[in-house]
Amino acid sequence: MPNMSQIKNPMPTQNPMVRAHNFEEVALGYSESAAMNEALRCLNCKRMPCVDACPVNIRIPAFLAKIREGNFEDAYQIIREASSLPAVCGRVCPQETQCESKCVRGIKGEPVGIGRLERFVADWHNAHADTPPATPPKNGHRVAVVGSGPSGLSCAGDLARAGYEVTVFEALHTAGGVLVYGIPEFRLPKAIVAREIENLRAMGVTIQCNTVIGKTLTVDELFASGYEAVFIGSGAGLPNFMGIPGESLCGVYSANEFLTRSNLMGAYRENPTTPIMRGGRVAVVGGGNVAMDAARTALRLGAEQVYVVYRRSMEELPARKEEVEHAKEEGVTFLTLCNPTEILGYHNPDDRRDPKNGFVTGLKCVRCALGEPDARGRRRSVAIPDTDHVIDVDTVIMSIGTSPNPLIKTTTAGLEVNARGGFVVEETTGATSREGVYAGGDAVTGAATVISAMGAGKCAARAIDAYIKGKAQ
Amino acid sequence: MYQILRKQQLNPTVTLMEIKAPLVARKAEAGQFIILRVDEQGERIPLTIAGYHREEGWVRIIFQIVGATTAALNEKNEGDSICDFVGPLGCPTKLDGLRRVCIVGGGVGCAIALPVAEALRARGASVTSIIGFRSKDLVILEDAFAAVSDTLHVMTDDGSWGRQGNVCVPLSEMLARGEVFDEIITIGPLVMMKFVVETARPTKIPCTVSMNPIMIDGTGMCGGCRLTLRGEDGAPQTKFACVDGPDFDGYAVDFDEAMMRGGMYRAFERHAYETTCSLFQKEVH
Repeated sequence: MPNMSQIKNPMPTQNPMVRAHNFEEVALGYSESAAMNEALRCLNCKRMPCVDACPVNIRIPAFLAKIREGNFEDAYQIIREASSLPAVCGRVCPQETQCESKCVRGIKGEPVGIGRLERFVADWHNAHADTPPATPPKNGHRVAVVGSGPSGLSCAGDLARAGYEVTVFEALHTAGGVLVYGIPEFRLPKAIVAREIENLRAMGVTIQCNTVIGKTLTVDELFASGYEAVFIGSGAGLPNFMGIPGESLCGVYSANEFLTRSNLMGAYRENPTTPIMRGGRVAVVGGGNVAMDAARTALRLGAEQVYVVYRRSMEELPARKEEVEHAKEEGVTFLTLCNPTEILGYHNPDDRRDPKNGFVTGLKCVRCALGEPDARGRRRSVAIPDTDHVIDVDTVIMSIGTSPNPLIKTTTAGLEVNARGGFVVEETTGATSREGVYAGGDAVTGAATVISAMGAGKCAARAIDAYIKGKAQ
Repeated sequence: MYQILRKQQLNPTVTLMEIKAPLVARKAEAGQFIILRVDEQGERIPLTIAGYHREEGWVRIIFQIVGATTAALNEKNEGDSICDFVGPLGCPTKLDGLRRVCIVGGGVGCAIALPVAEALRARGASVTSIIGFRSKDLVILEDAFAAVSDTLHVMTDDGSWGRQGNVCVPLSEMLARGEVFDEIITIGPLVMMKFVVETARPTKIPCTVSMNPIMIDGTGMCGGCRLTLRGEDGAPQTKFACVDGPDFDGYAVDFDEAMMRGGMYRAFERHAYETTCSLFQKEVH
């Protein structure tokens, strides 16, 4: 008998008042009984719309059935067929717009908590299974993967399973890409990412850090040294700024810089070697998931007041609902229909050596109203005249998107890019304009989600396999 | 891990190291930089490349002990290893078509100016070098500059070596005499580069400066190294030193802003440096 409760089994979380001051994970995960109870809410419908709505087509009803039986390891293996990073996706996928959005139970009540169950299964496996994944027999072909973020890791994982000798080249000193420099510890513990990467190593994938493709080595040199195909998952690079006065003042960060200092460089720890502005009053400009991460990180670093400044209304806020709710519970204040026009700084005209010179003192904003929809169907934000006002802050974090990293396109001949600098690829295969070179993730799309990047890495792995096998014949 | 093959103290606060990094050595060019971490908990710091040997596979760095990380690096000895070393990053200094060049280096910036001077000499250009230091104790690389320069001016602030005065003194004398250069390339403290640029500005001789702002990833991801350039119309343009530089048109760089941004973590840095120094002193006793 299915469980006909209209609501999901609640996810246990840390108390908002406590977690706002620590970096431990917010969501604590289902117990075995809660998981089995939640899996009972699946009606096992024939059409399986959830599977189509998953970018990597995980056989969702099948793994839920295994949970109902209490066979958690089998459930894990089913997810694993499709996803290289189950513990990661169970935490950071926007399930509400993907698998869960198509769940029949969602028509009347809440959909099945597929994301929570995926996370449960992955955590159960990590806690109980001690056998590393088997090393598949090698097929003698070599593939290079550029970037160790979600698209690169999933491409590398699938190719390794198919017997390829894969080397992943990472520019930073630690593998994981946005999973380690971007997404904070309280949403995705670093140990989980490290564990997934260990699994890839156990499968024979080589990860070479401190190697910037486009600088240390070029794509052409990779081919010359015997790699038969190259997958580029170099991510979204350059942070965007608004182009308003004051963006170079001390205390203005891109979200990338703020999060990198805290996450990758460990500025959140006690006695860090990498500095970060702590405490005070913080404004985060933008409304995406990255903005939520930055706002909640600032809070945990001791800010007394954190604002999210967004030019449209709560309705249009692009961040995941759950993240917005978490941020609100923790005490982040949302200033919507509000757009910055200038960042104000301290300047002592009588003392050039005043240590406060050049530091942020406020964010000048104008109030906005919603106008006609733009080309993408989102209602435009229109400034209301004579509504200038100043928000009293000492740190401003710009979280208004990124543009693809330019290092590879400027050093590789024959790679076509679009007007925004993203690689032009064939959608189903990730094939670029150059033979043997594939690309996926934010390097193609601009800032998007972990799972869509993983989906792109998977498609490219399939296409690379077909390409190399085709050539060998 | 990246092994230190050679270490040499150039003066009480400046150290030279040659680090085994074959991939970086294979590609390095004058003007580019590397990023290193001393140990697992360390911060990432950028250092401009002071030399390299493609066959032996090492890269030379010359650094001044100014903070916690450079102090920790200086504690390492020949045979020891550091945890990370990545590069070459940034764009090489543009040398094509230059026949008469004036190189102006200040302090530890001379270490970075030297490979540029060497590369120019190797291409047959005529090189005039001006190198400046606070005092005699701090003079570095004088012989190396002498070997590649047609004319060399050594300056000290206190007159304890070479001529007394700053690097702008001989530069303005030469420019006043009507000496012509295809380009002036200056590398050193921001305030020095600012004044070199102002000295050169009336002549309109192209003047390239090498910027060394605060950086984290060095690949164009964090935006921390941004600086403002202003064209002749004064319109501001944001550039990233790590991917667009580190060399820029000195006439366009907003030096006051760069100096202000460089001081963002001054209090933190001083504290970290003092803590590190007292830590090392304890180990010695």
